[in-house]
Amino acid sequence: MSMERKTKITAEDGKQDILITREFDLPVELLFKAHADPEILKQWMSNPYSIAKVLKFEAKKHGSYQLESTDAQGKVVFSSNGVIHEFIPNEKIIRTFELGNAPFGVQLEVYEFEQLTDGTSKLNMHVIYESVALRDQLLKLPFAQGINMAHNRMQEILNPSK
Amino acid sequence: MNLRRDVFQAIADPTRRAILLLVASQALTAGAIAANFDTARPTVSKHLQILTECDLLEQQQTGREIYYQTNAQNMKAIADFIEPFRQMWDDRFNKLENIMQQYKNTKA
Repeated sequence: MSMERKTKITAEDGKQDILITREFDLPVELLFKAHADPEILKQWMSNPYSIAKVLKFEAKKHGSYQLESTDAQGKVVFSSNGVIHEFIPNEKIIRTFELGNAPFGVQLEVYEFEQLTDGTSKLNMHVIYESVALRDQLLKLPFAQGINMAHNRMQEILNPSK
Repeated sequence: MNLRRDVFQAIADPTRRAILLLVASQALTAGAIAANFDTARPTVSKHLQILTECDLLEQQQTGREIYYQTNAQNMKAIADFIEPFRQMWDDRFNKLENIMQQYKNTKA
């Protein structure tokens, strides 16, 4: 039996942070591995419109990382980078995140990996932005919505009967 | 439908993302937007046209000036625009879960 596990977002008015939580049908070791192994990370960060590449990934305290996403034509559509402040296997990652070529500032991300049972786990992701205005601007931008709309459009093209 | 007007194509361009960010906080004229870029004015106009055709930007006539602003429907309360953001993460995490369940099965 697979229970429906929804991702929850908490974004209170007037605050400069958000909380993203999600429960997984996975042991905590595998949930952590998906965030620590660059070969696996790039798989779930990719989508039908952009392929994620890991240019650099030092999974350790004082390490840094660089990611890049390209479209079908090979054009870079997103790039991101940051440094790792804490890396405790199966427990915690603290890192910074910065989107390349975009005036969004640097955000601090705290990932907490929690074992629920032997086969289930929970991710608590706390994201702190530089300011309230920056957080709201980022959330207001229709990027995610655009991607979902494009996804629906792609489904229509691939499955015209539906 | 012209695929070039696909919303994803519209936001895949870094200049167009920068334009959306510029007008997120205030409505601006094409000239005021163009002043922020080294790109030629006609190129900026083309970007504005694409964003408008994709309903990401709205035009508003004030006197003799046309102001561009982000589509009001995308700019309501936080509760309204948090859902697409949540959906994006949910899609990502669903994918993570599927990949790791397959990984677990191949190791078992």
